[in-house]
Amino acid sequence: MNPFIKKLIVILLLSGAGNVLAATSSNLNDQSQLAKAPSTKDQVYFKPPAEATLPNNAFGELVRRGEAYFVNTKALAPQYVGNELNCVNCHLDRGRMANSAPLWAAYSMYPAYRKKNNKVNTFAERMQGCFKFSMNGVVPAADSEVLVALTAYSYWLSSGVPIAREQPGRGYAEPAQPAGGYNVENGKKVFESRCVTCHGADGAGQKVGASYVFPPLWGKDSFNWGAGMHRINTAAGFIKHSMPLGEGNSLSDKEAWDVAAYVNMHERPQDPRLINGDIEQTRKKFHAEDGVNLYGVIVNGVLIGQGTK
Amino acid sequence: MKKYIGQQVRKLLTAFLLVPALASAADGHSIALQGGGNQAAMPCVACHGEGLRGNPELVAPRIAGLPEDYIAKQLRDFNAGSRHNEQMQAVARALTQDEIAAVAKDFSVLPKVNVLADMPLRPAPDTAAWLDMRGAWERNIPPCTSCHGSNGMGIGNAFPPLAGQSAAYLKAQLHAFKNAAKNEKPNRKKQMAAATKRLNDPNGLMRHIAASLTDAEIKMLAEYFSAWAVSDEPIAPNRVFLK
Repeated sequence: MNPFIKKLIVILLLSGAGNVLAATSSNLNDQSQLAKAPSTKDQVYFKPPAEATLPNNAFGELVRRGEAYFVNTKALAPQYVGNELNCVNCHLDRGRMANSAPLWAAYSMYPAYRKKNNKVNTFAERMQGCFKFSMNGVVPAADSEVLVALTAYSYWLSSGVPIAREQPGRGYAEPAQPAGGYNVENGKKVFESRCVTCHGADGAGQKVGASYVFPPLWGKDSFNWGAGMHRINTAAGFIKHSMPLGEGNSLSDKEAWDVAAYVNMHERPQDPRLINGDIEQTRKKFHAEDGVNLYGVIVNGVLIGQGTK
Repeated sequence: MKKYIGQQVRKLLTAFLLVPALASAADGHSIALQGGGNQAAMPCVACHGEGLRGNPELVAPRIAGLPEDYIAKQLRDFNAGSRHNEQMQAVARALTQDEIAAVAKDFSVLPKVNVLADMPLRPAPDTAAWLDMRGAWERNIPPCTSCHGSNGMGIGNAFPPLAGQSAAYLKAQLHAFKNAAKNEKPNRKKQMAAATKRLNDPNGLMRHIAASLTDAEIKMLAEYFSAWAVSDEPIAPNRVFLK
């Protein structure tokens, strides 16, 4: 990048004009990972329509089905879900919450090129990625009832959002990596003091009957090594804004990074893109340039990324 | 009041002695019926009712089937003063650590509450059901279900069942959390004593939420959760709860 432009961007960010910059230069080149978000303080976010405004007709019915799939993914679409997660676990408030990858900020940005699969993805293809990685499952066909309904729900939540204009609150508004990096030992301490009440010391979550109330964070029932949330930077963004539930923004950026690293150093289902059973090859091809992650890295003498049985 | 409690004790002792499983049970059950070694630890059934299912008139909660760790923690917290209640603090202080462990263990295996009906899937805005299932995120209030589980049945050691508790008890607890969150310094000592506080929620999770609830919402929520018909039937492990 031209040094002058670089300097200009720094000045713009520092002067609080970062929002304008982010909103105008929508990143259409690669949406595998979103650009670092500007400060969220005093930010005004798009408000999706109220549930009560949904019409009682065939369209409204499809949107409701989409919403039901979104919050009860495992229960209603078990054929596509290989773990114990529901979409709503990472997209809080039923896909409405800013900085929790809200659907209303995603829908209008597709089709888009993604480096992750090196092609232009439709919104349906983007959701197929969620099922393959985040749900560790089987990809539903683009014209399957579940994807059609989820698309309708996303479309309706986006009522009034301009097409191809990046919205504040998109993605997880990741805080910058703290100076000096992250520290998994401190992350463990943060986890034990702030997270175990809900997610358990073993990160396995908790359920009533067959339904999980607190989602599993690692292990066989969580997202796999190919999911975006396996990146420490992405998890740090989610945690920073939304965890502990109802007490978002109570952790420092460093605590969010540390605890995200602690969560994401634990084993989870293997990356379905595993090349010839070789973690190192898979790391080089899919993880080396995918944000900050520990796949294929040796931590305390143990190779991370071996997957769960 | 004393006479009333006396009558209740006699009534409940009779009722309990007729239940062989409980009458023949271990230490915790004898504390429930006869009190602790120290007389100040009154029999639990005196206030918490038959089968320890609670007594709304005394604002005494159901303890039957609550998680063992939760019961033990409440007693320790009454003792330490992080949970306020004159009667319970006196009782907790009179119990030994062994007695606390025994009641927690034995009461936790009593029948748990179960709500057999499914929840409504479409709550109306500005209702308790809406708060329960949707929350009020603009005030950082998550849905109750996201921690207490569907149907208010509770989960794990830290999130007790709401189903099976009386409106009077739930209302008192939400106000106690709210009072603690306010951290007010009343002018007179009398007022301070009147404002029952509860500061023993893990990570302040409930204080944080109660602080944002209006008094009208507290009343509404307490009535909503207490209105569910509950049963002692165990929760089926394969039961699916839709949100």
